Amino acid sequence: MNPFTFHQAAQPDEAINSVAGDPHAKFLAGGTTLVDLLRLNVETPDALVDINALPLAKIESLPGGGVRIGALVRNSDLASDKTIRRQYPVLSEALLSGASPQLRNMATVGGNLMQRTRCYYFRDAISPCNKRQPGSGCAALEGYNRIHAVLGTSDKCIATFPGDMPVAMAALDAVVRTRRRNGAERTIPLADFHISYGDDPARESVLEHGELITAVDLPAMPWLARSTYLKVRDRASYEFALASAAVALDLEGGRGGHIRAARVALGGVATKPWRSREAEQALTGAKADEAAFRAAADAALRGARAQKHNGFKIELAKRTLVRALANATEMKG
Amino acid sequence: MSPRKTRAPGGVFSGKGASVNRDDNRDPEELDGAEEHGPGGLDRRMFLGLSLTAVPAVRFAAATARAAGKTAGKTMKPLKTAKVSVTLNVNGQEHPIDLDARASLLDTLREEIGLTGTKKGCDHGQCGACTVLVDDRRVLSCLTLAAMVPGRRVTTVEGLAQGDQLHPVQAAFVKHDAFQCGYCTPGQIVSAVGLLHEGCPDDPAAIRECMSGNLCRCGAYPNIVAAVREARGGKSA
Repeated sequence: MNPFTFHQAAQPDEAINSVAGDPHAKFLAGGTTLVDLLRLNVETPDALVDINALPLAKIESLPGGGVRIGALVRNSDLASDKTIRRQYPVLSEALLSGASPQLRNMATVGGNLMQRTRCYYFRDAISPCNKRQPGSGCAALEGYNRIHAVLGTSDKCIATFPGDMPVAMAALDAVVRTRRRNGAERTIPLADFHISYGDDPARESVLEHGELITAVDLPAMPWLARSTYLKVRDRASYEFALASAAVALDLEGGRGGHIRAARVALGGVATKPWRSREAEQALTGAKADEAAFRAAADAALRGARAQKHNGFKIELAKRTLVRALANATEMKG
Repeated sequence: MSPRKTRAPGGVFSGKGASVNRDDNRDPEELDGAEEHGPGGLDRRMFLGLSLTAVPAVRFAAATARAAGKTAGKTMKPLKTAKVSVTLNVNGQEHPIDLDARASLLDTLREEIGLTGTKKGCDHGQCGACTVLVDDRRVLSCLTLAAMVPGRRVTTVEGLAQGDQLHPVQAAFVKHDAFQCGYCTPGQIVSAVGLLHEGCPDDPAAIRECMSGNLCRCGAYPNIVAAVREARGGKSA
C-alpha cells in the first residue's frame, strides 16, 4: 500500500477544501472499495480525507412527499428504513441483494455511487487496463470476459458497473446533490451521473475532483410502491449480478391491466447503471402481459454487443427483466 | 487546508483522538514490515506475504516502468508516510497508540494490541474472518483503517464472554459443534452476535442469507445455522 496522509474532517467544506486542494487526495467513507484497492496498489492517493464524521447521515422526508437520503447513510440503515420499504421497495431490495451484512453496515450511499467500475484485470494491478493505466490496453477484450458488460462498452473498456443500489436509484429518477469549493451546489439526475465508456474509461462519473456528494433525493410518486429488484448471479448470495433489473409499474387495474407508466434499469450487464428508456417506451400504453414484457426486454437489449464469453448475458438480462416485470404486477399498487 | 495537524484544543477532534504528523524520512519498507512481523522478526506470515506478493510486485514495477505518464511519474516521487496517534477503545479498554495511517483495524488489533482472536482470511473483505463489532454493528476490520475508529467502541471475540461465562452465541457454537478447523469461527461468532440486533428472520434460509458474509471452507454451515438459531432463541434444529 502506498503511503498517504490521513485527516478526519468535521464539516463538508473542510473536507471539500482538503481534497480539492490536492489532485492526489481522496474522500474516504465506508472504505469497502477504496481500502481494498489501496491494498492492491490500484488506488494510490497521497492523502485520504475521512468524511465519516460529517453530518450527512439522515434520511429526511421532503415537503411534497419525496425523501432526502444523506450521503453517509449506511446501506443497511437505508434498506431497513420504513419509508423506503413502503414507498420505494425496489431500493430496499437492491440494497439487501448487494454485498454482505458486514459490508452493508459499512458502505454509504455516496460511496456506493462512487465505487469503482471494475473487473479482475483492473484489480490485479498487472494486466493492461485503460481504466487503471490509460493507454495500456484492455486485457478483458482478448481475455476471459464472462462477467463483462454488453451495453455501454467501448474498444477501451468493457468492465461492468458492479452496484445494485444505483440501478434502483436510476429507475427511481433519483437526483444526486453535490457540493463543491466555495459552497457551489448542484443537482445531477442519477441516470446522468455515471459515464459510459468513451475514450477515457478512467472517468466514471461527472463529478469534479473535490466535489462531494451530500445527498440523494427520491421523488414523490405513489406508484413507485409497485417496484421491485431481481438479481441473477452465480451464487445465491454475496455475489455481483450477472444480470439484474429494477422496475416500477404504474398499472391501471392491477395484473393484466393497462400500463400508464414504467421505469426500467438494468444492472450486471452495462458499464453504468443502465436506465432503459426504450423498454419504458415499449411498456407505456401496453397491456401488462408477457408479450409486452418480452417486447420491452428486446428493446432494452437491442444495442447489446457480446464478447467471446458473455453472450449468454443478453438473453439472461431479457429473461431477468421479463421476470421482474411479472413480479411487479403481482405487487400491491 | 493542511493535513499535518488535525487535533484542535477543545475542538471537534478532541473526542476522536486522531492527529496526523507527516514523517517524510521514514522508510516505508520498514513500515510495511512492521505490519506483518512479530517481535521475533521474520515469521511465517511475513514469509508467506513476501512469497505471494514478490512476483506480482516485480511485474507491476515493470509495467509501471514501461508506461509513460501519471502512474510511472508518481512512483518516482519520494514516498511520504504519515503516522496517526489514536486512542482505540477495544473491549472496554482504551489503547493510546501511534500507527502508520495505512494500518488496518485488523492488523492493529492483532499486531499492536495483541488480540489475535480476530483472524485474517482474505484481507479483502470477501471472507468475514475478520468481523468485529464497531458500536455494536458487525463490520470487517480488514477494510477498516484503525485511524477511522477512535471514539467508537470496538468489540472483538475476546470481549464477548463475561469472565468464564460464555456469550450465548459462543455456548451455542460449542453445543452444536459449529466448526471444524476453527479458523473462521471468531468471525462467525462475532457476526452472529451482530445479527442478533438486526432482526433477521428465524428460518434456516434467512439465517444463511444473514450469515452470508462469513465463509467456512470446512463446510460447517448446517451446524452454524443451528447454533445461530439457538442463540437467537429460535429452534435449534
